[in-house]
Amino acid sequence: MSTLLIIKIVIILIIFTITLVIAMYSTYMERKVAAVMQDRIGPDRAGPWGILQPLADGGKMFFKEDFIPKKSEKWLFILGPGIAMFTACMTGAVIPWGGTVTMFGETFSLQIADIDIGILYILAFVSIGVYGIMIGGWASNNKYSLYGAVRASSQMISYELAMGLAILAVVMSTGSLSLKDIVESQSGGHWNVIYQPLAFLLFIVCAFAECNRAPFDLAECETELIGGYHTEYSSMKLGFFLFAEYINMFISAAVISVLFFGGYNFPFMHELGLSSNAITFIGVGVFFAKIIFFIFFFMWVRWTLPRFRYDQLMHLGWKSLIPLAIINLIITGAWLIFKDDPSATWSILKDSF
Amino acid sequence: MKPLTNRSKAVSNKKMTFLERIYLPAIIGGMWITFKHIFRKKATVKYPDQERPRSDVYRGKHVLKRDDKGAERCTACGLCAVACPAEAITMVSAERQIGEENLYREEKYAAVYEINMLRCIFCGLCEEACPKEAIFLTPELVISNYERESFIYGKDKLVESMDNRIDVSKRQEPLVISKKFNG
Repeated sequence: MSTLLIIKIVIILIIFTITLVIAMYSTYMERKVAAVMQDRIGPDRAGPWGILQPLADGGKMFFKEDFIPKKSEKWLFILGPGIAMFTACMTGAVIPWGGTVTMFGETFSLQIADIDIGILYILAFVSIGVYGIMIGGWASNNKYSLYGAVRASSQMISYELAMGLAILAVVMSTGSLSLKDIVESQSGGHWNVIYQPLAFLLFIVCAFAECNRAPFDLAECETELIGGYHTEYSSMKLGFFLFAEYINMFISAAVISVLFFGGYNFPFMHELGLSSNAITFIGVGVFFAKIIFFIFFFMWVRWTLPRFRYDQLMHLGWKSLIPLAIINLIITGAWLIFKDDPSATWSILKDSF
Repeated sequence: MKPLTNRSKAVSNKKMTFLERIYLPAIIGGMWITFKHIFRKKATVKYPDQERPRSDVYRGKHVLKRDDKGAERCTACGLCAVACPAEAITMVSAERQIGEENLYREEKYAAVYEINMLRCIFCGLCEEACPKEAIFLTPELVISNYERESFIYGKDKLVESMDNRIDVSKRQEPLVISKKFNG
């Protein structure tokens, strides 16, 4: 028992470190991707190819003046970025980073907690994340910040609905809310993106909105709201908000990979005749490759599309995505019944009319 | 009217088709464009390490020339200060003493000669106005600094040193020289 506990603690520490490092280097990647897409080079001064740039940025954040506006709600002002960071870090707990490993006489899976409502846990924490932004924007006592916060919360609430409905289709076809089960059901190349392309499309659009990223970055709006909810923030409090955003992006990329791209599964994983441990380690590598691709995809979209107008955003969310998600749900349900028993489908149809 | 490029399109308010309304083809098209830019040649010039070639007659930092014997050419006539549209040039004149013939070419010289590089617009009118071929602009750049005062360049920074003379022959057109020296 104690070995397993130590192993779990080690896994928690490793995942926490990896989350922070990837979020840190996402800022570097963002700047590089932005640069190459605009025919520039990007940061290249700190270390070879600018590798140390995130450290320099972090150091700068720490040494800047930590300013709290006089008319702000002091404790809420401090609480805001704390909640944002906390919820961002918590979501990584249920993501299955790899298969099972047999080591030190124990067999354990590379996952912090395989709770059977994993996907609900993620949705719940993402919802709490809105509070960080809302409280931060409110406590600033600045109309631009409040605008940003109000936009952010209404946007995230609207898109969570469509996101939940899109996930529901996946959950229905898998028959489980556990992320581990969802990944295992996709092994052997049966990736959900093939069976649920519409759900994937809806989910990725909603993920952009949930992460407050372009084309749905209305909460920040550098050009209109001068930073939105974090206008008044400085130093590491601002750093926490920005950092939480990158962690959210990392977790979103991981969730997309888990739900639709088979997580740590890779083609021919059982046909190559490798040992179980080797398959797991290759699987972890494949999973991270998928995650990094999706992080790149997030950035790629950001530097391609302009920002949506607020009414367009709401229009898209309520009038397009939610109906589409419901239609997708109905089709999935019908298909599940038909797949189980084609003859029963006919009798159900007959009864209902 | 002839269009400047052949990429212009007439704007129409026609109703969008279904494919246009779901945006996806346009988004994929846009992403293909940004993707292609990843492999384009980068326009960046890494400035301190790498400099773009400047023209021989680039109008940068000024120099106060000496003649071949090492005497300053400037006689503090003030024509450059008058010509200067930004009023960046100030000077104080002084009379040459006996024994200073090797320092100053003519009887009057500039004891103080200052150019405020923050006011200067590098138009080159001082160069044009100078009857003594004393002031020239050079392809050198005015380096950045933290203090405003340090941008007021005095004679210590402007007068060329004899060990490291600055070639301005490219700026002196033969016609201009003959006019300036022979009336």
